[in-house]
Amino acid sequence: MTLSVTAPSGATHQMADAWRRQTSLRRLYTAIGVGLLLVALGSTMWFADEANAGHFFDRLPHLLDFLSWLVPKDWNDVWRAMFDVASPHDTGTQEFNFPLGRAYVWGSFYIPEYFELMLTTLNVALVSTFIGFVFAVPFSFIAARNLTPHPVLRLIVKRFMELLRAFPEIVIAGLFAAIVSIGPIAAIIAIGLHSIGALGKLFYEINENIDMRAEEGLRAVGANWFERVRFAGLPQVLPNFMSYTLLRIEINVRISTIMGAVGGGGIGEELKLSISRGFGAKTIALVLLLFTTIFIVDQFSAWLRRKLVGEQAFVMGA
Amino acid sequence: MATMTADQIQSIEERFPQVFHRPFHKRFGPLLLLGGTFLYLLYALWFFNLPQVMRESHWERLPLFLTQWISYDVQPIFRLDEPQITAKYPRFSVLGPNPNPDWVKTNADGSVTILIDGTAKSITFNKTQATIIANGETVAVGLGTGKPLISGPVPGWITAHEDEVVADMGFAGEARVAVDRVRIRKRFLGWANFVFDTRSPFFGKSASEVASLIVSGPELKPGTSNLALAGDNIWNNAQWQHGDVWTKLLQTIVMAFLGTMLGGIVAFPLAFFAARNITPSRLVNQVLKRFFDFMRSIDMLIWALFFTRAFGPGPLAGSAAIFFTEIGTLGKTYSEALENIDDKPREGVTSTGANGLLVQRYGVLPEVVPVFISQTLYQWESNTRGATIIGAVGAGGIGLKLWEAMRTNSNWANVFYMVLLILLVVFIFDNISNFLRRRLSQTIHDYNRIQAEQG
Repeated sequence: MTLSVTAPSGATHQMADAWRRQTSLRRLYTAIGVGLLLVALGSTMWFADEANAGHFFDRLPHLLDFLSWLVPKDWNDVWRAMFDVASPHDTGTQEFNFPLGRAYVWGSFYIPEYFELMLTTLNVALVSTFIGFVFAVPFSFIAARNLTPHPVLRLIVKRFMELLRAFPEIVIAGLFAAIVSIGPIAAIIAIGLHSIGALGKLFYEINENIDMRAEEGLRAVGANWFERVRFAGLPQVLPNFMSYTLLRIEINVRISTIMGAVGGGGIGEELKLSISRGFGAKTIALVLLLFTTIFIVDQFSAWLRRKLVGEQAFVMGA
Repeated sequence: MATMTADQIQSIEERFPQVFHRPFHKRFGPLLLLGGTFLYLLYALWFFNLPQVMRESHWERLPLFLTQWISYDVQPIFRLDEPQITAKYPRFSVLGPNPNPDWVKTNADGSVTILIDGTAKSITFNKTQATIIANGETVAVGLGTGKPLISGPVPGWITAHEDEVVADMGFAGEARVAVDRVRIRKRFLGWANFVFDTRSPFFGKSASEVASLIVSGPELKPGTSNLALAGDNIWNNAQWQHGDVWTKLLQTIVMAFLGTMLGGIVAFPLAFFAARNITPSRLVNQVLKRFFDFMRSIDMLIWALFFTRAFGPGPLAGSAAIFFTEIGTLGKTYSEALENIDDKPREGVTSTGANGLLVQRYGVLPEVVPVFISQTLYQWESNTRGATIIGAVGAGGIGLKLWEAMRTNSNWANVFYMVLLILLVVFIFDNISNFLRRRLSQTIHDYNRIQAEQG
């Protein structure tokens, strides 16, 4: 079999030409885009390097120095630090005063300091997610276009949630630290307020996509707003709400760790101290504990989410 | 309404067992969940010692702090134990080195009148007596007997201490009268010296005066044009530190941009090896996926602390922290997007005999690039917020500046200024990223539609 190729007649020739022009134009745009991106990357790198206390290439050889203090003299000290067991290397300095932080619960039974701190961080995350959930659910129904009781109310609630979401948590934490004293409560308020905004936005987007037939049915029998939301809205969206809330718990554990480092209590504070002073064993113990906790929380939440809504891709972050 | 017989009820129950005989965990699950949540909250109440914290908290400070966000005060002291009553302003008063405000009046008889809020809220005093007017009441305080004595009834807005009488005038301010001095706090709405600070030659001039000076005035500082001088004065305003704030803000933006971009660049090739439908080796998939989990689970905070130690505090440390976290986050989302692609374009390209790289380029990439970009933008947006927080632990940017301004509890106006800037940046970035993502989802949508139409 032979392939017959017809020589390009005028029309096809023109078409091929147009196509070639189009592709070359698109390639040009892509090249310009990539070029701009590279320039932006280069200049921002230079800017970041310029503004930093230590410069990248000067400090690069010292990256290993910083790893060297991390290696403890005795690897068993990592476990001793984690479980508050006295170390034979104890010379009275903060580096090895492991048993000092024991939280005695019952007689000689104690919770090791780091576990207690980790628990604080976890509890901050859980309570603030709870606050976020409790307020975000009603707000989300008010802010959803299809379920809102009043358009003006919808606009107000939407703007309010946007503000909560964009407001830097650290400022709320700092403000409340001056009122309720520095510690986990200020962190809970800050993360809780942020969670209201973040969850509320995700929730009302879910609400806007529900099947409205159930709501119409309830409206037909004269149900009021609360009843319509309760019996037509909520059953449809609750699994998705739960699944986003679980995702929020993951994020909040991370944020509450960071909040801890700036005075919000919990493991972050200890971690910051131990890294900045160069306590190898303590740092490794803390990082291990934090890493394991975050890993477990992530995996558990992923498993639960899969059970709730099946395999469904979720946008991270928010 | 007709009543049902037992038979009918039974038949309905038999027909719908899923409604009438639900398994235990479905019937009581929600109740148990609620009960569990309630118990957990009780535990949290005890764990955080909430009742005591609430008892010891100072909620009365909240309105005070909030008013400080948008106002400033001037606190002159008038000494009464010197030959002549003279006002003393704090050394770095917002009124400049030689204040002579029009709300302080020296009367003909040597007494001084201070209009804290017009004449309705004011205080007039000489060395022997002070007259405080506020809320429609006039209170005379005698100062001649060694301690301040109020003649007549004491109204609610005045607190009489042993050696001091405090008149609270609400937002407008307060007056504290003692035998040897009168201390005034007068509050103004707005931000003081936002443009020029008290050291600037432009200080205290109206906008039109400044404009005419810049356009045609004589050089205020020889050798520099007035425009350059004004710019320099604004940029280096000691009270508001515009230059520093804006530079730090830029650092925060750069941190988020650089970290997310580099993270994306590194995660991009790795994601292809982590996706199980693209790289058939289970071992490589699993190793890379666990690596992504590892990078993500080592929190951004830990990375930030490590890099602050390695590179010193600054945006480089922050960028590196975001970069390392983003490798994990973006790697995970990219590889999940790759695993969800439609296989047909890939098969088509493979069937033409294209090599591996070309198959990825023409069979896979067009499908995932919009998703990749959309997710990268999302992360960029969320990192802009995150960069503010990790800045506070020393990773550079505006976070540390914010934290320091807050720690003193006195600079709330500066804090609010920075918050407004951050809100502005977040707002702008949200909109850019939303706009781009909408455009992209249009592309994805079109692609899906064309695919659906072609079967």
